[in-house]
Amino acid sequence: MDRTILGCSGVAVRFGGVQALADIHFEALRGDITAIIGPNGAGKTTLLNVISGMVTPSHGALRFEGRDITTLPAHKRAWGGMVRTFQNLEIFSNMTVLENVTMGCHGRLSLPAWHSLLRTPKSRRLEAEVRREAFEALEFVGMADLAQATAKDLAFGKQRLLELARALAAKPKLLLLDEPAAGLNIAETQLLADLILRIRDTYNLSVILVEHDMELVMRISDAILVLCFGQTISRGTPAQVQKDPKVIAAYLGGDED
Amino acid sequence: MDPSSLLQYLITGLTLGSTYGLTALGFTIIFNTTGVINFAQGEFVMLGGMMSVYFMHALGLGEPAAVILAVLGATMAGALVERLAIRPVRDCPAINLVIITIGVSILIRGLAMLLWGKDTHALEPFSGYQPIMFLGAAIMPQAIWVLAISLFLLGALKLFFSGTIHGKAMLACSYDPKAASLVGIGVQRMVLLSFMISALVGAVGGVILAPITMTSYDVGIMLGLKGFAACILGGLGNPFGAAAGGVILGVLESLGAGFVSSAYKDALAFVILLILLFVKPSGLFGLKDSKRV
Amino acid sequence: MIWLAAFFGVLMLAPTLLPNNYYLTILILGCLHAMNAVGLCLLVGHAGQISLGHAGFYGLGAYTTSYLSATVGLSVGLSMLAGVGLTVVVAVLVGLPSLKLKGHYLAMATLGFGIILSILFTETVDITGGPSGFVGIPRLTLFGWELRKDVTLFRLVALVLCLFVWLSFNLLHSRVGRALRALHTSERAAEAMGVDIANYKLLVFVLSAAFSGFAGVLYAHYLTFIAPSSFGFMFSVELIVMVVLGGMVSVPGAIVGAFFVTVLPEFLRAFENVEVLLFGAILVLCMMFLPDGMAGGWRRLLDWGKARLSGASHG
Repeated sequence: MDRTILGCSGVAVRFGGVQALADIHFEALRGDITAIIGPNGAGKTTLLNVISGMVTPSHGALRFEGRDITTLPAHKRAWGGMVRTFQNLEIFSNMTVLENVTMGCHGRLSLPAWHSLLRTPKSRRLEAEVRREAFEALEFVGMADLAQATAKDLAFGKQRLLELARALAAKPKLLLLDEPAAGLNIAETQLLADLILRIRDTYNLSVILVEHDMELVMRISDAILVLCFGQTISRGTPAQVQKDPKVIAAYLGGDED
Repeated sequence: MDPSSLLQYLITGLTLGSTYGLTALGFTIIFNTTGVINFAQGEFVMLGGMMSVYFMHALGLGEPAAVILAVLGATMAGALVERLAIRPVRDCPAINLVIITIGVSILIRGLAMLLWGKDTHALEPFSGYQPIMFLGAAIMPQAIWVLAISLFLLGALKLFFSGTIHGKAMLACSYDPKAASLVGIGVQRMVLLSFMISALVGAVGGVILAPITMTSYDVGIMLGLKGFAACILGGLGNPFGAAAGGVILGVLESLGAGFVSSAYKDALAFVILLILLFVKPSGLFGLKDSKRV
Repeated sequence: MIWLAAFFGVLMLAPTLLPNNYYLTILILGCLHAMNAVGLCLLVGHAGQISLGHAGFYGLGAYTTSYLSATVGLSVGLSMLAGVGLTVVVAVLVGLPSLKLKGHYLAMATLGFGIILSILFTETVDITGGPSGFVGIPRLTLFGWELRKDVTLFRLVALVLCLFVWLSFNLLHSRVGRALRALHTSERAAEAMGVDIANYKLLVFVLSAAFSGFAGVLYAHYLTFIAPSSFGFMFSVELIVMVVLGGMVSVPGAIVGAFFVTVLPEFLRAFENVEVLLFGAILVLCMMFLPDGMAGGWRRLLDWGKARLSGASHG
């Protein structure tokens, strides 16, 4: 059985006159933690946006679990088991922590709207189930005690955990993390690394993460994709990528031509 | 379909369309400087006509003086609207601004109704009633005034925006208010100026059209909406498009009224508006990417 | 829910407290307006959209049922059903393309739609009776039982209003309500969580249109006479005023706003021309200073008063 969970072939993105991504080919394997790295402006977040459905590629195709999803709308990708977090936190600030996490269940545990309208027994049972699962996710990240706090009142680090818990509540098959360590200190990043590994093992999912923090990336990734100016410059295991002269040049700056 | 009828409808359409164009221009100027759609734009057009009537009848002024005073008065109204209703809430979400400008529009209309009653009033044509015969069509001299003044105003505005420092400053504000203020442009003053110019342009439109179509306290809403439709038709943000859109709309409406049915002529503008919004919000000559997906 | 039951109880008792039938009329109209306002509140306050043409749905329901029951001769019940049904269908057709638009584009689209309907009501004289209105609409008759007494009709109207409020509360406290609040805060995140934004916007739009259509249907059979002037742009604006006064997000607020706007003309009898001006002023001032409506303003006034008092006692 093909171990690929997500495949990109020939993906290109043009924003007006700017070629943000050109001819990207890569495959993320099931169960792997695949990192996408590269200097600033490399197109990492754009690629993640293409994968999650927020940006339509101008060329190329995307396959998720063998199915072509190139033009599938973002919310349907979530239904299919692909969930993401955001670089600039997009929590629902006016809702409580618990409510935020229950939103994660929205795609998975659903009923036609008329159930909600009439408050049928089925809808009440669903609500109870959603609450249970949300609590589970909160407990996993260690925030169950903050369930009733308002999201915008949380400390930054906790808000990041909240976004993670929300994504976990969706029980995704593929978790997309957009710079999850941004703004965290060394200790918090260590905890995050452990958490991501735990998540992958416990929830049995695959992870694609975009990151700047090299220690985190080298520590937990099974595969790395290196982008620079919208193009792939290297692919492989952390060990391979670390030694690749093209990668070193991209980060440290090669000789001026 | 005889040629002289067609010509007649065309002239009527051009005349009406000029007012739509001027109203649309008002929308465009404010939108370009602030990104706000001023629903009250049509009321400035109404104020032009109604204030002229008031100054003539109540204060006994001659028509030229009354008209000039009315346009000045409407310009002041524009400044007041900006100062009192828009400036305090510039950073509100779009929906709030929409409701506020609607509120302003109704407020102005209510004031007009209170002060001047609900009657329709006529303004004297600028150079008499005698129609000029041209290729079998009867053209009112006022229509020529309308076209001439509209073209003049259009030219003056073009000169203002591309030739003077204030005009260029206003354009700068539309592209990037932060950058504009960094280079020393008083963005708030530009916004105020944009409202005043829009009000002036609208009022002139109202004044020149009033002798032909009469005026009353509630002409503002229809004119405003059709002006907006013209804006969308020509591409929101494009002054040339606004003027062109106005003329096209006016001609279509006139032809529709003449050849199909005059009862539904108002509906035509809105049907066009809806079709445009659904299919091609950037209009015919859309420059900016004004559609937010 | 207790509040809703209490509200319902109050409404049921109200007619006995009123001196004469005239006040009953106001009560009925207030409830009908409230039905409109509740739906619009869901759309504006919770789904974050705007509709400047909702009077069109009110009129569509009213005219459809009038035409079918008076001209075509269908039973009142069937006509009413058709009235609401047609409103729903039109709402879907209009909503699908419109809700893709944002901000002022959406406002204009709904406004244009409302005015087109208004013109249709006025010009299709054969169907609607034109500007002078539609007379001879049969009174409300359910299952062969004609509601002759106004009080009975009022009780029905009040019941329907409470039903709409119940439905609204259910919706807002459900996963749908949560999704609406989510997409209000961050559409991207909501989408990433699997919220079908377009679908929910359409759902609320159609629901609010259905509320208005139903109100229109009741309105027609209550008054037995309808005219296009009741369903024009001004009424759409009045509906927005009701919602704004109520604080945009509050369903009970929308009801209070509705009654306020219904009762206001009665107090302004002597100053008929001030009404329009007042609505404009209310819209502007409320949006600028009272974003959470009368209730919010009242609360803030009380807080300010309390602060002054405690300041004085500590001073």
